[in-house]
Amino acid sequence: MQLVKRNTSSPAALVLAPVGAVLFTLLISALLVLWAGAPVGQTYGLLLQGGFGSVFALSETLTRAVPLMLTGLAAAVAFRARLFNIGAEGQLYVGALAAVAVGGMHGGTGFELPPALLFVLMLLAAALAGALLLLGPALMKARLGVDEVVTTLLLNFIVLLLVSLMLDGPMKDPTAMGWPQSVALLADLELGKLIAQTRLHNGLLGACALAVLVWALLKYTVLGFDIRAVGANPRAAAFAGVPVTRTVVLVAMLSGALAGLAGAIEVAGRTSYLTLDMSPGYGYSGIVIAMLAGLHPLGVVAASVFVAGVLVGADSMSRAVGVPTYIADVIVATSLISVLVATLLTQYKVKFK
Amino acid sequence: MTELLDILSNLSFWVAVLRIATPLILGTLGVLLCERAGVLNLGIEGIMVAGAFTGWLTVYAGAPLWTGVAVAAGTGAVLGLLHAFLTVGLALSQHVSGLGITLLATSLSYYGYRVSFPKVSTPPTITPFAEMGWLGLPVLAQQTPLTLLALLLVPLLGYVLYRTPLGLSVRMVGENPQAAEGQGVSVAKVRTGAIVAGSALMGMAGSFLTLSAFNAFFFNMVNGRGWICVALVVFASWRPGKALLGALLFAFFDAIQLRLQQGGRAVLPYQLYLMLPYVLSILALVLVARKASYPQALMKPYRKGER
Repeated sequence: MQLVKRNTSSPAALVLAPVGAVLFTLLISALLVLWAGAPVGQTYGLLLQGGFGSVFALSETLTRAVPLMLTGLAAAVAFRARLFNIGAEGQLYVGALAAVAVGGMHGGTGFELPPALLFVLMLLAAALAGALLLLGPALMKARLGVDEVVTTLLLNFIVLLLVSLMLDGPMKDPTAMGWPQSVALLADLELGKLIAQTRLHNGLLGACALAVLVWALLKYTVLGFDIRAVGANPRAAAFAGVPVTRTVVLVAMLSGALAGLAGAIEVAGRTSYLTLDMSPGYGYSGIVIAMLAGLHPLGVVAASVFVAGVLVGADSMSRAVGVPTYIADVIVATSLISVLVATLLTQYKVKFK
Repeated sequence: MTELLDILSNLSFWVAVLRIATPLILGTLGVLLCERAGVLNLGIEGIMVAGAFTGWLTVYAGAPLWTGVAVAAGTGAVLGLLHAFLTVGLALSQHVSGLGITLLATSLSYYGYRVSFPKVSTPPTITPFAEMGWLGLPVLAQQTPLTLLALLLVPLLGYVLYRTPLGLSVRMVGENPQAAEGQGVSVAKVRTGAIVAGSALMGMAGSFLTLSAFNAFFFNMVNGRGWICVALVVFASWRPGKALLGALLFAFFDAIQLRLQQGGRAVLPYQLYLMLPYVLSILALVLVARKASYPQALMKPYRKGER
């Protein structure tokens, strides 16, 4: 088989591609649902209802979407510059660690700051922690040519162990009856609720605002131009005078900071303390979301709501019909692969000889 | 210091080193084969999970152990074929396709496990491979046949890569696909073959965990071993012999940290010992970075007729 580049993509194909990808994903998942012995129609109905069917369901979905938006943005920005940051999971956790360190650790130490200032410091610390964690791999890539995929992946494991270490020791909540969780944030630092009686918090507005900012940065600033140039062709960009190393380092700082903020906002908006299972792989899902969104910052918002809806819907569907919740991960992974293939087919024709 | 000597002089320590090294040897050889043909395969983490699951499930259903290994290898091969279709056939990003396959293979395995065993709290067990006591060699006699197989595969892969026309084609499509095509070698076919075979090895690496090292399937049992294999291949400069050495060296440090943790010898929090393998992998990458000779066409999709 051989690929032939299309000169023009028909508008119909551009619409049909994602629809086809979704249909393919639903078909594969339907087979798996049948394997589990559940009725397909009812299962999908429950999944949809559980994710989007009521104010409560929608609020749960949007709550879940907040960290996904931020890790999705982190991946989208980095991938735009061909910096394959697979370490958002670790960056999220160091962000959460930094947030707890600033916003929860000094109770009774006499170190008093107005809450508003402390809140800003908490977010800055989280962003900085995430940024610094990715700086190492970015510099190793730029200076030594070490593949950043492997280093960022390995750092995820190191950070999780670091979190476990902190929860056993310096950050342990003495009142948690031996449960491994950190001390809580000061109550003043917790984010307000967006809808009363739900878990949905103001972090959603922050995440959406950051998506718009990142979009504007990529589209309208010199740095954004440099990022796109480096992503399109690093050698040509260097030849045209784009500072490639500097751009990669800045992108790393930005990407790491976004993932670090995801950690801080999870703590401040949802949990108020840090545990080892705070993120069920938000960092990894962020990569999927960025790819589903075609690396577009505003697309990330939509894609994260979709993925969050599938995850939340699968939880409630699973309780009702007994299809394992892992179906959600299968749906997400299958849609990633099928969207990639569908997008390619809008640009290339496949010829069989 | 004497503590360390204590550990090193104990035969059971070296038995543990070789046992820990086995899945790494198989996985590293798998990654090496794919990358020599010019294709990064980040699907390894998920392929190992899938191999561990399907191999174990086959044996649990009553089939012989070797059938389980074959099924694990077959599962790996099928997932490899998918990776080849995406990265060679459609020339999609090798990074993204590999991660997608890891997500897909992992979630499918976990889904399959939960569908098959909806209400078990303790994982069902099988009888794993027995030690090869008949071999009469120290350290090796306390291993299972899969370890012996892994050790034999090292020279075999070296021989195929460096001494056969097939190996030459594999290395050619990984270094300069245009030139290979000019010599009448089908880049697509060779790359696909290398990915399928390499992924089969990754599947076997996974099956070692459930059919030899342990006797059941657990969630998170692969726990980053696949990513470590990807790092080990760079450390090994894409050579099978050095890959064996790297895997053994890595297993050596992993076994030491395990021993130091046990029996109240730990002076530091256990998490620091657990970090050691990952820190060492990164360190190894940095150390060899300056002289790493990547296959020239690694991660470069090849579209016939396009430059």
